[in-house]
Amino acid sequence: MLGYIGRRALLAIFTVWAISVLAFVIIQLPPGDYVTSYIAQMASMGSVVTDEEAENLRIQYGLGQPIYVQYYKWVKLIAQGNFGMSMEWRRPVTEVIGERLWLTVVVSVSALFLTWVLALPIGIYSAVRQYSVGDYLATFIGFVGLAVPNFLLALVLLYLGFTLFNAHIGGLFSPDFQDAPWSPARAWDLATHLPIPALILGLAGTAQQIRIMRANLLDELRKPYVVTARSKGLSEARVILKYPVRVALNPFASTIGYTLPYIVSGSIIVSLVLGLPTVGPLLLKALIAQDMFLAGTIVLLLGVMTVIGTLISDVLLVWIDPRIRLEDT
Amino acid sequence: MATLVLPVEEQRVFVASQWQLMWWRFRKHRLAVASAVVVVGFYGLVLGADFLAYADPDASEAQRSLMPPQSIHWFDGRRFSPHVYAVKGARDPQTFKRVYRVDPAEKIPIRFFAEGFEYRFLGLIPTTRHLIGVEPGLDAARTIFVLGTDVQGRDLFSRLMYGTRISLTIGLFGVTASLVLGVVLGGLSGFYGGVTDTLIQRVIEILRSIPTIPLWMGLAAALPREWSVLQVYFAITIIISLLGWTELARVVRGRFLALREEDFVVSARLVGCSEMRTIFVHMVPAFMSHIIAATTLALPAMIISETALSFLGLGLRPPAISWGVLLQQAQNVQTVAISPWLMIPAVPVIVVVMAFNFLGDGLRDAADPY
Repeated sequence: MLGYIGRRALLAIFTVWAISVLAFVIIQLPPGDYVTSYIAQMASMGSVVTDEEAENLRIQYGLGQPIYVQYYKWVKLIAQGNFGMSMEWRRPVTEVIGERLWLTVVVSVSALFLTWVLALPIGIYSAVRQYSVGDYLATFIGFVGLAVPNFLLALVLLYLGFTLFNAHIGGLFSPDFQDAPWSPARAWDLATHLPIPALILGLAGTAQQIRIMRANLLDELRKPYVVTARSKGLSEARVILKYPVRVALNPFASTIGYTLPYIVSGSIIVSLVLGLPTVGPLLLKALIAQDMFLAGTIVLLLGVMTVIGTLISDVLLVWIDPRIRLEDT
Repeated sequence: MATLVLPVEEQRVFVASQWQLMWWRFRKHRLAVASAVVVVGFYGLVLGADFLAYADPDASEAQRSLMPPQSIHWFDGRRFSPHVYAVKGARDPQTFKRVYRVDPAEKIPIRFFAEGFEYRFLGLIPTTRHLIGVEPGLDAARTIFVLGTDVQGRDLFSRLMYGTRISLTIGLFGVTASLVLGVVLGGLSGFYGGVTDTLIQRVIEILRSIPTIPLWMGLAAALPREWSVLQVYFAITIIISLLGWTELARVVRGRFLALREEDFVVSARLVGCSEMRTIFVHMVPAFMSHIIAATTLALPAMIISETALSFLGLGLRPPAISWGVLLQQAQNVQTVAISPWLMIPAVPVIVVVMAFNFLGDGLRDAADPY
């Protein structure tokens, strides 16, 4: 088991490295280097950067040196918690991102959670009552959920909320709590705003999970041990929940690794439509303004978060299903 | 021992070719067949976009900004004579918004194969005929806008036709590029196994655990502003396919692993076929159908990616027209609440994505007919 987790952790480290390289590439792609655009930015604000200051910045970021040296310096700065300056905001990147990153985590995790809460019972129902009206309904919603891109779904819901109820369903906070300091009331306000974004983000995943759960459970239900359990006189609920569901749950859990990146990815664009204060809108603005340290940092942090989430789910999986430990030894 | 006489039906099954068996299997999946028709229909639109569009997609008319769709009346009394009512536009003196009022007294007849802007049919034959249109030479107040107009007063229907062309072909090119990457890397992985396999599999796992949209956004935003529409088009295709090949590679690898030990592959190797020949003459045809199914399932993701990027303003940029570019105008709820027809481009996105999903499902089921 330790060996398995060790290997997953090693892969996670490699993934983080790959993400850091990609983020660095994104920072490097636009023409000109950081210092020239910084000077131009400062000049447009009316302040002057002295040659000495510019030279110091050049040395700090290793500009003019080979690309791998620059990468190394960048990583070193990050390790010290220095993600660079955001040009547009003229503040350190960490300050600009601040709370938004945690709200992204909250939205993504609640979407993932909702996916499970919905998919598990619906999947079981669909399998146990195969070809019933409810099963067809679930299958249909599942296909729609897979086919409708989540940002379009957000747009449609926003429109319906606006025209039918004259309510703005976007955002994560009521106007009163927008900039308020954290308090139980603000947390509650957040909780009441979460379901709609979570549902929009989680729908595609839910659809997929329902189909996986249904297919797996149908396979299991036909096995002799189910008949045995039933002939033993167990109640129907116990027959289903105690054995086949537990077996069917395994592939269900192992797909988190693919669901989480998908949800995080989707949260960016859905946040833009719904006006959620996550890193999504910030990333888009940064990219359009070519504020590359901010953009690169967001890509990096989102990637790292996803990797950590996936790693946690891997560990959970080993804990749920002992067979994996055997497989990999 | 009595000879076994099979019913005619079964005899047919035994002599049928693989592709014939697949076709029979595929035909049973009604939804997939219907989806195939829809997909073919959409690609028909791609070919005939300029014939179906009745207005120049870039022609704007300030007097007709955000005009609601005009409904077509097919009969005049009992006589078949399609027409729309004229629409009078005026500015509300209080709110300064343009308001449109339908005037049933004035009927504008719709002509079939009407004269319109000049284009080349199928890119070859120069012509000015369009499926529908109005009498040439009428002013802006007397034209048709079947799906309404956008902020700049451009005809949404005609723009949708051109958008379909770009959105569907970008998906096609994107999936082709992914296919090449997927087949080469998946093939290497499955055929050679060992270190190559481990390496490629780890790369796939890494790519799959990265959230793609932020990466796409980052790469797409770096495209130089001064690039032409065509350059951006191909750059976006490449960006989308660079991260989208992993699923195809997995399918190809799986098939290679399954086939590697098959008797016919081993015998091909034993009689001295070169590796290239073994792969391309013996193995690839055997799992061609699986590749086609996987490709069909990969297409909707490509289409959604392009739409999402363009919707954000990072993908194709005007003057290019795609579904995503059209939907950009629907980003703002207030606008959409006043002019809901701006959301119409979402309909083909959803229909096409669903059709491709069902079609891919059917093809996947039919891919292995034995």
